[in-house]
Amino acid sequence: MSQHLTNLTLKIWRQSGQNDSGHFETYEIDSISDEASFLEMLDVLNEKLIGDNKEPVTFDHDCREGICGTCSLMINGQAHGPERATATCQLHMRKFKSGDEIVIEPWRASAFPIIKDLMVDRSAFDRIIESGGFITAPTGGAPDANLIPIPKPVADAAMDSAECIGCGACVAACPNGAANLFTAAKISHLNLLPQGQAERYKRVEAMVETMDEYFGSCTNHGECEAACPKEISIDVIALMNKDYRAAKFKNRKELSRN
Amino acid sequence: MTITLNSKIPTGPVSDAWDNYKADVKLVAPNNKRKFKIIVVGTGLAGASAAASLAELGYQVDAFTFHDSPRRAHSIAAQGGINAAKNYQGDGDSVHRLFYDTIKGGDFRAREGNVYRLAQVSVNIIDQMVAQGVPFAREYGGLLDNRSFGGAQVSRTFYARGQTGQQLLLGAYQQLARQIGLGNVRLFNRTELVDVVTVDGRCAGIVTRDLMTGAITSHAAHAVVLATGGYGNVFFLSTNAMACNVTAAWRAHRRGALFANPCYTQIHPTCIPQSDETQSKLTLMSESLRNDGRVWVPQNPDDVRSPDQIPENERDYILERLYPSYGNLAPRDISSRAAKRAVDSGRGVGPLKNGVYLDFSDAIRRLGKDVVEERYGNLFEMYERIAGENPYDVPMRIYPASHYTMGGVWVDYELMTTIPGLYAAGEANFSDHGANRLGASALMQGLADGYFVLPYTIGNYLAPMLNKPIPGTDHPAFKEAEMAAATRFQGYLDIKGTRSPDWFHREVGKIIWDYCGMERTQQGLEKALSELPALYEEFQKDLRVTGNGESLNQTLEKAGRVDDFFQLGMLMCRDALERNESCGGHFRAEYQTDEGEALRDDDNFAHVAAWEWTGDPTKSVRHTEALEFNTVHLATRSYK
Repeated sequence: MSQHLTNLTLKIWRQSGQNDSGHFETYEIDSISDEASFLEMLDVLNEKLIGDNKEPVTFDHDCREGICGTCSLMINGQAHGPERATATCQLHMRKFKSGDEIVIEPWRASAFPIIKDLMVDRSAFDRIIESGGFITAPTGGAPDANLIPIPKPVADAAMDSAECIGCGACVAACPNGAANLFTAAKISHLNLLPQGQAERYKRVEAMVETMDEYFGSCTNHGECEAACPKEISIDVIALMNKDYRAAKFKNRKELSRN
Repeated sequence: MTITLNSKIPTGPVSDAWDNYKADVKLVAPNNKRKFKIIVVGTGLAGASAAASLAELGYQVDAFTFHDSPRRAHSIAAQGGINAAKNYQGDGDSVHRLFYDTIKGGDFRAREGNVYRLAQVSVNIIDQMVAQGVPFAREYGGLLDNRSFGGAQVSRTFYARGQTGQQLLLGAYQQLARQIGLGNVRLFNRTELVDVVTVDGRCAGIVTRDLMTGAITSHAAHAVVLATGGYGNVFFLSTNAMACNVTAAWRAHRRGALFANPCYTQIHPTCIPQSDETQSKLTLMSESLRNDGRVWVPQNPDDVRSPDQIPENERDYILERLYPSYGNLAPRDISSRAAKRAVDSGRGVGPLKNGVYLDFSDAIRRLGKDVVEERYGNLFEMYERIAGENPYDVPMRIYPASHYTMGGVWVDYELMTTIPGLYAAGEANFSDHGANRLGASALMQGLADGYFVLPYTIGNYLAPMLNKPIPGTDHPAFKEAEMAAATRFQGYLDIKGTRSPDWFHREVGKIIWDYCGMERTQQGLEKALSELPALYEEFQKDLRVTGNGESLNQTLEKAGRVDDFFQLGMLMCRDALERNESCGGHFRAEYQTDEGEALRDDDNFAHVAAWEWTGDPTKSVRHTEALEFNTVHLATRSYK
């Protein structure tokens, strides 16, 4: 049966908009079921705030089953909180104990400007995908799906990378605010597959260079892998770097442009 | 107003209908396509695939999503798979069989023409998605793998681990992103539709609200596509994402689009049961689990032993006993009601006695833990994270929850609503699943509509409009709609009552779930129809929305959505009350066989009910479109 946690202290970042400097506010949660999810705990807080005629805390969330990648939150300094391989929406209060103080902040990265309170703008990720994170295969005219057999280990490795939910935890956890894990996950998903070969080098070049416009540089801290709710391996970054280096030799025309 | 519901199904054999349609359809020449502006609202499977395909053809496309990125749409959460009549397994599948299974699964309440086309284009979807790099599961030889799903006796479901929806959506999103990068699609993110505008009976565009600034803006276009999903969140607790709402469809309905079969809602049998009072949503466990999991409850309601201590002969494997030929893979509506009856009889399991077991111990013995982990590993992990129990050791506990809505905006064969120039695709329309949707068919329909239907049918509407002016956003109809929207949102802020939008949502959801959920009765529906208007009046008097309308305000967004859920909820109950039969997901307790199965009334109800807005949702006008079955024969649905 469910138990209740009591006397939780929440320190939450409040910021009314991009031009506000922001500050921490302290809230008390007297009692909450340990079956509640972390976001349901925030729902309870927000209901209470509305009851007191105060503005509730703004935070991004949607599917609440760990797949849409909308939720974020630095919880006690950890992206998505203390549980490994778990997005904030699937974190449950049973991972905390009565009397805990919990610090809740938005993703911290210059490429993700704060919109309000705990909500940030992650559209730089979309810019990276738009620059090359696709296979050009217009609708219609695709050959039969079984025409190109794909070895199971290759399909599995592509899927391991494709599981990325685009939440941005990797960037938030990185001391440099780098997006290498996100970008490399998408690149290796597509570059590993036979269908992705035609645009392999053009893709990696475009995506890496778009990434560099917005995000910091990777210095191999490995924090991204530890924070990733889908446990995407840092190995993908090595794959990306290898392909990028090859692209710079292969795409000589592109090289001479720089 | 007289309304004739013309489905526009081409004449002749259903198997030739789509080819005949395509042979006759009017075309827009490549160099003329750029003269047309098309708005696509929603960027899930249907919306992203439509926007990308239309832009590839050369149309100017504006795409709208209320999310921060198109990739967040709730299609992403679909787990199990996507059906296609590829017959790669050589197990007797065919277009006709997928068509028949879908019609039968829908309890003979869907249109033959639309469903046949769906089955036909299903094979193209798989080709298209593989070409785009969707990493579907494969056999060791490198060919595509399949699994089976409820309501089918063949293996035709393609899957990508337990994240098929995610992978398909990312595929469609990437196609869309490519078009955005090329400048062929303009994306409006964090922007919500708040009204649909018609001029001289045609759809002229939409009015939106920028969720970041509150700015209300008009957008004019030659045609508008609503791909805005279903209304399952009317129940408050559902497997839908928190932001899923009916607003776009409902605002279109209020402007003249008929709303069809709102009472056809799907209750999915395998969700994690509610655990406490703070619960904000329910989590689905993929139906694919029923391939290897066995559903059972103790025979004795007072059995308090742990499940592994209950011997075989004291267990009731309810689905295997009731439906031997389909067993644990009986369709969703049937499996859900079986679970409900078990719980209602006091044999529910878990601390709140509100679930049934889904047991994998036989599968683990038969296949080994590794194989089970390979097939369902991520689902098992997800279950453990949420329920706090390890399903390798303890059977899962599951219970039905609202998951999908078959009803939606009425559309014809071209997916056009009763407003010319306004289209509805994916879950937002009503057309393909009848009274019950089969597993792994939602992804199929969303992509079929977006990739392979709309790109043909929209051209047919646009071709005669070439070089003719359309009303701009300075037209009084746009100004009137902008004013109405601004007044409505200011109205929520001005009430200054005491209850939050969430509080009202929870209350309205409770009423709908109790009286218009898995089992409905005349008495219950009448009760709901007396309670809902009273609660709605309270909403209009006692709502509290904090903050203002000129900056990001999630409470204000929610208020608008709950308002529309109230009105839709009343229509749902009306529809359920007027449909004096049981079919698929619509189960009226008065109409059942001696064995407790749905009892259809084909003489009086073999039709689509399409509702016309009159200004008061309890006084909407019911129109009907007769369903003709020329290819399949109406039969009692049996899965025994």
